[in-house]
Amino acid sequence: MFSLLGVPSQVLFGQLLLGLINGSFYALLSLGLAVIFGMLNVVNMAHGALYMVGAFVAWLLLTYAGVGYWGALVLAPIAVGLVGLVLERTMLRRLYKVDHLYGLLLTFGLALIFEGAFRHQYGVSGQPYPIPDLLKGGQNLGFMFLPNYRGWVIVASLVVCFGTWFAIERTKLGAYLRAATENPTLVQAFGINVPVMVSLTYGFGVALAGLAGVLAAPIYQVSPLMGSNLIIIVFAVVVIGGMGSIMGAIVTGLGLGLLEGLTKVFYPEASNIVVFVIMAIVLLIKPAGLFGRER
Amino acid sequence: MTAHTSAKTPAGGSGRSSAALTVRGSATGTALAAAGFLLVAGLAPYVLYPVFLMKVLCFALFACAFNLLIGYAGLLSFGHAAFFGGAAYIAAHTVKEWGWSPELGLLAATVVAAGLGLVFGLLAIRRQGIYFAMITLALSQMVFFLALQLPFTHGEDGIQAVPRGLLFGLFDLSQPLTMYYTVLAIFVGGFAIIWRTVHSPFGQVLKAIRENEPRAVSLGYRTERYKLLAFVLSASLAGLAGGTKAIVFQLASLTDVTWQMSGEVVLMTLLGGMGTLFGPVVGAALVVTLESYLAATSLPVPVVIGCIFVVCVLLFRRGIIGELLARMPKRGG
Repeated sequence: MFSLLGVPSQVLFGQLLLGLINGSFYALLSLGLAVIFGMLNVVNMAHGALYMVGAFVAWLLLTYAGVGYWGALVLAPIAVGLVGLVLERTMLRRLYKVDHLYGLLLTFGLALIFEGAFRHQYGVSGQPYPIPDLLKGGQNLGFMFLPNYRGWVIVASLVVCFGTWFAIERTKLGAYLRAATENPTLVQAFGINVPVMVSLTYGFGVALAGLAGVLAAPIYQVSPLMGSNLIIIVFAVVVIGGMGSIMGAIVTGLGLGLLEGLTKVFYPEASNIVVFVIMAIVLLIKPAGLFGRER
Repeated sequence: MTAHTSAKTPAGGSGRSSAALTVRGSATGTALAAAGFLLVAGLAPYVLYPVFLMKVLCFALFACAFNLLIGYAGLLSFGHAAFFGGAAYIAAHTVKEWGWSPELGLLAATVVAAGLGLVFGLLAIRRQGIYFAMITLALSQMVFFLALQLPFTHGEDGIQAVPRGLLFGLFDLSQPLTMYYTVLAIFVGGFAIIWRTVHSPFGQVLKAIRENEPRAVSLGYRTERYKLLAFVLSASLAGLAGGTKAIVFQLASLTDVTWQMSGEVVLMTLLGGMGTLFGPVVGAALVVTLESYLAATSLPVPVVIGCIFVVCVLLFRRGIIGELLARMPKRGG
């Protein structure tokens, strides 16, 4: 047992672990936002609400259908992705030709509807979601105690993040996607069905949010408000990282989560606002964001 | 949207004759519209509940201030609740804890909102479009957390039982009608400032920036300064509205600094018509009426508000007044 600046190592590493977990969620959500923004030029304000829907789908599956965590881990993102497909096909699609701000306003309205509906149905208090049997317990790492489930969340989100990065930057499909982001008309002229690709991109982006929701369910309680506070921090993360790069979104998300954890150890009062302060500083020094480019 | 959109109808709708007049067309039209509005607003407290009307007026001023940015400079701020709610705390604190008179409290609220607007503006105008919206949203969330944690705001309780006091040491604001006419005067003053701004050379430059910023830059305008000034002006008036609301309801609470409040003012402006002078007033009146009506039913308010958002964005992006103006025959001007 040692201590750093009067802080015992257990507390320090405990908070860093929490920070890393928060950071994983920031990374997953800002990744989805960046993918959607790149293709649709829409800031998806409904992202936080769909993250909440993902967690609720998992909870509903468990409560009413007896489907456990592992089933939910597959089914909930698919369900959220399908919701996304429907939203894109019926509503968002009509707004591509007008100012991008309308996409933001539409998804904001959708976020209010989702949140309001779940709140009306299930109230504001959270519903507990049990940790799956396989991941109960924890490891003693010598300097700290690591609950298995938290370790799993970090590993799983890292795998998903880097998998997405690989799919977009290193595969043929990803190359189409990047090309369509640059110049949709030209790509369509080459015989690629861009409208379908746009729909699938939105579906995939929100499915990532749904997946984050399932991962979060056993850690935080499943509550209708879990998405709205998170999403604003994710917006700040996106402004800091810049939406230009996938890797930027991942690295910024994890880094800011860690920084938030550190702040909780040394100056807890500021932990809620540290991300916003960093955002202000980054805007002063490098307005395009750490990994971004002016557009 | 063109520069011809300055036609207006009084909120109460005092007949078709004044509705068809354009500001450019005749100064008497403006005078008629203003007189009609004042007549309706002046008599309204004898028909409707004054507290309800004061709420409408506070939100109408808030929405008009917001509209100055989105409608005339093309900047979507998603953080205006920070000015509205932040100023409400300042007004409530100075009046209740420091014993300031209401006019000084409102002045302090406006000045603090202007300062906050300067800080937000300096940061946010470094980015454009949707980034601007996200930055203002994030900064206002910071104000929310400050309001939650700072000791003087009393966290979840807010500042309660704020005395209304004597305006200029003469008028007793605890009388509902005195309070109402004070709020009306504040609204008319704020609206006049916005009207003057929109119809000044400064307002024309703002519209030029909204339509085509690179072109405005190439014409030699330092667009950042124009945008910043518009932002500060909008924030100050939003602060004035928030401070007034705190005095009227004798309460400053967390509700007014949440991002939902920022969204609500966007909705009021969108519903009434962005870039029209009277649109936000109509939008604010409708939303406040709807909310007080819904409060008596079991329907969840956010769902209804969200549906209106979706319908507005998909079906009538010009808003109520905007659609009316678009359907009216154009008069030479």
